[in-house]
Amino acid sequence: MPERRTWAVAFVAPALVLIGVFLVFPALWTLYIGITDYQLTGPTAINPRVVGVTNFVSALDDALFTNSVWLTAVFVLGSAVIGQNVLGFTLAWLLRRVRPWLRRTVEGFVLLAWILPGPVVAYLWFAVLSRDGGTLGTLVGSNTAWLVEYPMASLVVFNIWRGTAFSMLLYTSALAAVPPSHLETARLVGASGWQTVRDVVFPHIRGHVLTNTLLISLWTANDFTPFLLTAGGPNHESEVLPVLIYRRALESGQLGYASAISLLLLIGNLVIALVYLRLLRRRA
Amino acid sequence: MRRTVTFVLPVVLLAGCLGQTQDTNQQRNADAKDVTLTIVANAVVGGKNQRGANWLNTWVIPKFTEAQKAKGVNMTVKFEQNGAGDEDYKTKIALDFKTGGGGDIVEIDGIWLGELAQAGQIKPLDDVVGKQAVDAWDGWQQIPDAVQGLGEFEGKRYGVPQGTDGRVLYFNKKLFAQAGLPADWQPRSWDDVLAAGEKLKTLPGVSPIQLNAGTAMGEATTMQGVLPALVGTGTPVYENGKWQTGGVKDVLGLYQRIYRDGLGDPVLQQEAKGRDRSFQLFAENKIGILLEGDYFWRSVVNPKTGVAKMADRDTAVGWAKIPARKPGGGVGRQDFVSMSGGGVRVINPNTKYPKQAWEFMQFLNSAAAVKESLAGIAQITQRKDVNAEVLKGDPMLTFVSEQVLPITRYRPGLADYPKVSAALQQATADIVAGRSPDDAAKAYRDALVKAVGEGNVA
Amino acid sequence: MTGFVLRRIGFYVVITVVLAFFAVPMLWLASAPFDARPGLGIRWPDWTLSNVRTTFEHPFALTSLVNSLILCAAATVVTTVLAALAAYSLSRVRIPGRDVLLYLLLLLSSVVTGTAAMVPIFVLMLQLGLINSQLGTALVIGGGMLPAAIFILKDFMDSVPRSYEESARVFGARPRQVLGHVVLPVARPGIATIVVWAFVNAWGNFLLPFLLLRDVGKQPAAVLLRTLNDEGGSANLHVIPVFSLLYSIPVVLLYLMVSKRYGFRFHGGIKS
Repeated sequence: MPERRTWAVAFVAPALVLIGVFLVFPALWTLYIGITDYQLTGPTAINPRVVGVTNFVSALDDALFTNSVWLTAVFVLGSAVIGQNVLGFTLAWLLRRVRPWLRRTVEGFVLLAWILPGPVVAYLWFAVLSRDGGTLGTLVGSNTAWLVEYPMASLVVFNIWRGTAFSMLLYTSALAAVPPSHLETARLVGASGWQTVRDVVFPHIRGHVLTNTLLISLWTANDFTPFLLTAGGPNHESEVLPVLIYRRALESGQLGYASAISLLLLIGNLVIALVYLRLLRRRA
Repeated sequence: MRRTVTFVLPVVLLAGCLGQTQDTNQQRNADAKDVTLTIVANAVVGGKNQRGANWLNTWVIPKFTEAQKAKGVNMTVKFEQNGAGDEDYKTKIALDFKTGGGGDIVEIDGIWLGELAQAGQIKPLDDVVGKQAVDAWDGWQQIPDAVQGLGEFEGKRYGVPQGTDGRVLYFNKKLFAQAGLPADWQPRSWDDVLAAGEKLKTLPGVSPIQLNAGTAMGEATTMQGVLPALVGTGTPVYENGKWQTGGVKDVLGLYQRIYRDGLGDPVLQQEAKGRDRSFQLFAENKIGILLEGDYFWRSVVNPKTGVAKMADRDTAVGWAKIPARKPGGGVGRQDFVSMSGGGVRVINPNTKYPKQAWEFMQFLNSAAAVKESLAGIAQITQRKDVNAEVLKGDPMLTFVSEQVLPITRYRPGLADYPKVSAALQQATADIVAGRSPDDAAKAYRDALVKAVGEGNVA
Repeated sequence: MTGFVLRRIGFYVVITVVLAFFAVPMLWLASAPFDARPGLGIRWPDWTLSNVRTTFEHPFALTSLVNSLILCAAATVVTTVLAALAAYSLSRVRIPGRDVLLYLLLLLSSVVTGTAAMVPIFVLMLQLGLINSQLGTALVIGGGMLPAAIFILKDFMDSVPRSYEESARVFGARPRQVLGHVVLPVARPGIATIVVWAFVNAWGNFLLPFLLLRDVGKQPAAVLLRTLNDEGGSANLHVIPVFSLLYSIPVVLLYLMVSKRYGFRFHGGIKS
């Protein structure tokens, strides 16, 4: 047993060292900056002072911050928890028994949307949503500037497109683990498709649903790609938290404030994770 | 073991970050025979400001090293190219300055000067290279006082301006003819501009006036929208040591008349690439009047090299000075107003070779170098002698140089300026979104107080 | 019978709509690069190869792609190897507080990938002398990805039956041999998935390489794409589409290779 410990530590150590130096250390430092009035330039850049919870108080008092929290919640709920989850599961379910070429084609495109680089994807969606000559406008015969008039709806649809692949992959493998005999029984007693999913499939894949929801929620809540599409605009209507942090940190140089918001975002993530753990435990 | 490593390492690192000593001797390494200088610019071959990058690579660096060699100095000049967005670039150089690194000569936007100076990240030239050496340069006489102001903060010289620009109202003469407006249009008040807009409104598919607004365009809104209008009210954004709010309501009223009364396209103002689109639309004869800098003439609608080429630019594009709200109502009782900006080169206080960096700076701003930097293209430079020679053939740039530069104003290069600018952008966004000028002006004042403190707001 | 036919039709309609939803945005990558007047919109192109030529003539286009390959390969190798080792041992040995630790790290990784952490990271790298080092940048990127990679891989490792290893151990195999000869082959699809995931993530990273790599000749494609502007700073649409296409090819190739060889899926992977 002690020997096992030794090799286990030896295997974990390199990863932990790297994480410690390049992740934990900067992250803690960032959180420390969150309690100072540190700025990138200007008078307070020389001697940042510890200002305690001032940044947090002013964030909670800032209409733009609450606006961002709300938008982030909409973004996570709409595009990840509902959008990617439902579409990912639907695809996994529908593609179970279709011809291999069709399955490979659909999966290929869904995955392509996931693996294309972010900056390229932004251009692709400009081409879809732009006002004149944009694909969507051409299809429905209008010249709406979608990203301006429906910024959050555009972002939600975009993120469903971008991230569904992960849920689809995960559910595909989860469904493979559902015993075929159970499905067969459901079919014999004449259960509808929805009943089968609810009563037979879901109990088997509940753990997968929760893990999947946790990961895609965290990724979506911290996703910066919306900046490339709308830059938070128009008039802060799509300024999700990572975009707000970026704008405060880079455009205004208010690093203390931006770091404080980072911590608040972290707490938000923590809440998501705790809810997830609670649900998971209830299952067990 | 691993716990010790992860615990000790941060402590060591943190300790390392504290306490940097700075060598302030202006004569350090003055006699060095092997010198390496680095120049940092937001210019890159094959991208942004390509011309400047090529100029540095193919002309400045070889010529300067050659000249130094003749003096027996083995000079190596490195050029750190960037081609990023302004904010990204600023972050990068601020991080450099902050950590005691960075190039020896750094090109910055004039508007960052104040905040970098307040942060102690750059120092007055007199402190970095010595007053005597700075004053001895004959190039100062060639740079107009107004332009020198770009490189100054609180009355001290921090850097040498790289050039300047001026803003005017561009108009499309073809559309003007269709709407029955004169080809030599020169409005004398905001009402004149709006009246022309009303006439242009009768033309189908034409957006009469585009005055930059909203947060999506960032600084373009402030510089090509709010500030030129604000100086037209007689109250500039910063005066007598305080941020002014006096003219803001009038300016927002102007925005309201343009965007609520259908004289401008409000959607365009909110798109992430709205400014590029406004260029495109102007070139396609779909915008009547557009407030822009001389950059628009040189690089946007330029029939040969523009991003939105207009083959008939020379006959189709007209320009006029920006009127004050009422004649004589502008800042300094002027009838006409403008705003200008430009880049500045500064010397990094951390440079190992202050003397040589200053020599390099003088070389970069010599008449020969400045002229060469234009690569045959007419553009307003910082030097009078070069301007006189290169602007001759271009009526538009001559107009800016002779009529606009004398009446222009610069932005206050203060650390708080970006926050004020953001608040101004927000106020115009509020108008475009449908708020009243009263509400938006009040919200602006609140934002201003929050950003800079009650005591700094008039 | 009609019910069955209707269901079939409904099924194919749904599949077609979904396929169109995913495929249509990608049309731009097929049309704009070869259009004489490329714009932000889709139209039937005026076919030309002049954009391709312009792009290849760009002084940094090809070097940046090579840099991306170096940077992302390094980040991917670091992430995958360390994550696999860590995930395996975390999966096999009960370390108290293991799950809490993993969750905390997963959460902290979101702070570091945010922009607020740039000053600490920059100063850290400066002190370590890793500014302008591709390997250093790869380490930072890898550090940010490790928690999620360990999290996903641990679930793969959990699904590898322990009986295999135990029999191997009975025959006297050392831990390293067990890992190399028994666990890795079984977990290979999972590792392949992480390789693609890590590579794709690193491939699109802009801010870290931009701040940490000073020499334009070392910067990756993600940085270059943001700098493909013309003289005045507007997007250069004659270069961007072709470059986007070139920039997308490596990740697609990697995916196709991995998918062909190992299958790109979570083999009963991630469960709780």
